[in-house]
Amino acid sequence: MGNKDFTSILKLDLNQSIRTKGFWIYSLLFGGFVAYMFVSGITESQIIGFVGLGRLLVTFMQVCMVIIPIYVLITVVRSIVGDKENNVMEYMLSLPISFSSFYWGKFFSKFIVIYTPLLFSLILAIVWGEIINLDIPWEFFWLYSALLAAMVFCFLGIGMFISVYTHSQELAVSSAFIIWLILVAFLDLLLMGMMLKLRMNPDVVIGIGMLNPLQVFRVGVLVLFDPKLTTMGPAAYYILDTVSRTTFIIFSIVYPILLGYLFALFGVRRFKRKDIL
Amino acid sequence: MTENIEKEILIKSGGLKKSFGKIEVLKGLDIEWKAGDKIALIGQNGAGKTTLIRCILGQYVFEGSLNVLSMNPRKQRVEILKDVGFVPQIPPPLKITVKEMISFFSELSGVKKEKFTDIANSLGLDIKGSMSKPFVALSGGMKQKLLVSFALGREPKILLMDEPSANLDPAAREIFFKYLSGYNKEALLILSSHRTEEIKDLVNRVVEMDFGRIVLDKYL
Repeated sequence: MGNKDFTSILKLDLNQSIRTKGFWIYSLLFGGFVAYMFVSGITESQIIGFVGLGRLLVTFMQVCMVIIPIYVLITVVRSIVGDKENNVMEYMLSLPISFSSFYWGKFFSKFIVIYTPLLFSLILAIVWGEIINLDIPWEFFWLYSALLAAMVFCFLGIGMFISVYTHSQELAVSSAFIIWLILVAFLDLLLMGMMLKLRMNPDVVIGIGMLNPLQVFRVGVLVLFDPKLTTMGPAAYYILDTVSRTTFIIFSIVYPILLGYLFALFGVRRFKRKDIL
Repeated sequence: MTENIEKEILIKSGGLKKSFGKIEVLKGLDIEWKAGDKIALIGQNGAGKTTLIRCILGQYVFEGSLNVLSMNPRKQRVEILKDVGFVPQIPPPLKITVKEMISFFSELSGVKKEKFTDIANSLGLDIKGSMSKPFVALSGGMKQKLLVSFALGREPKILLMDEPSANLDPAAREIFFKYLSGYNKEALLILSSHRTEEIKDLVNRVVEMDFGRIVLDKYL
């Protein structure tokens, strides 16, 4: 992978992405959501122990958990296969750009485009909190910035993998949706169902839960609070009861990144070895 | 044919095959295309022209041997493509502006921006008036002129053009052909086209493909 062609593709894809309406709608949605939470007085409410800016950030992260994975998947799965279908790839890869540079240039461009508005939304919350003299929970800010980066990276890797392996945008989007549904289904609800119906060993069930990046993200968001069964759900409660907080924080950041990287790596291997059109 | 015997072979293949599933699209092509050849690559839809071009560009894996500039297009793709210019039949729908596109090509190829803009101007494109427009918003002819400028500006040894004049109006087509006829005499020019009448004055060799085979190969 050459530096010059990598940066050229990165810049090109960034320029392409910021010209789409979707990017601005997405950015305004998250920035607007933070602003709305301040205006609606969420920092002044106290629900099950969460209060102030910490309460706002937890709510923001819970919204991110619902929206970001499916948004990343649906946006990214169309990138490679979409470029194939609309003749972008035929032309771009007639230029002296290596397959790896093309792939990773698009990967990191998408990462910047998806992650930056999220990070800015968190920064907006901190700045606003400073202005209205709230206590700033810096440990939340750092953890949530890292968790969001890890989650975006993870689903980006999965999305790029799907995009390389599928032959049409429709199939890519359907596959992404099915994967997301499975991951959502394997949050607490299905895990508890398995535990009760199949009389499985709780460690096995929780182990399955820990493989699910959504579950890891969910527990990671709540890890700084006192574990309470009612707020976290049984799987998260059990996980935090079993492993130390520090261990889980490290795991919740490293595991999704590794998982995303692994998928991205399988994607680029195929991309380099097969017909690209 | 004799005048080209001493020329350097730029593209050579032996038993080149390409299949998609059970369908064999290229059925063992033997090619020897040399510097200075101006080839009209003709044939009906499905003859295998585009597949052959994509093999040359390293975009497809293939069976048999294929050497472009004495290198393997899959293993040394980037090296080869530094000396290959390509103009596609369907321009990519890029949303970036013309200005950004020129910067992209200049950065990638190390060629000054002015060179691209000069060629585009000489092809009749109002480059100054188009700079801030997204590439995708240009007319078909304008897009084609810009892509031709990028291909020619890099002064490649091999110029591959897939129906390059399809979107050009008659006046622009005339300028384009005039420009091409004056292009580097030592370059290998491959024009894939249905409009054989139009390009006959531009080429010195005709290669006709049919159902994945070369059925005619003659110097004019």
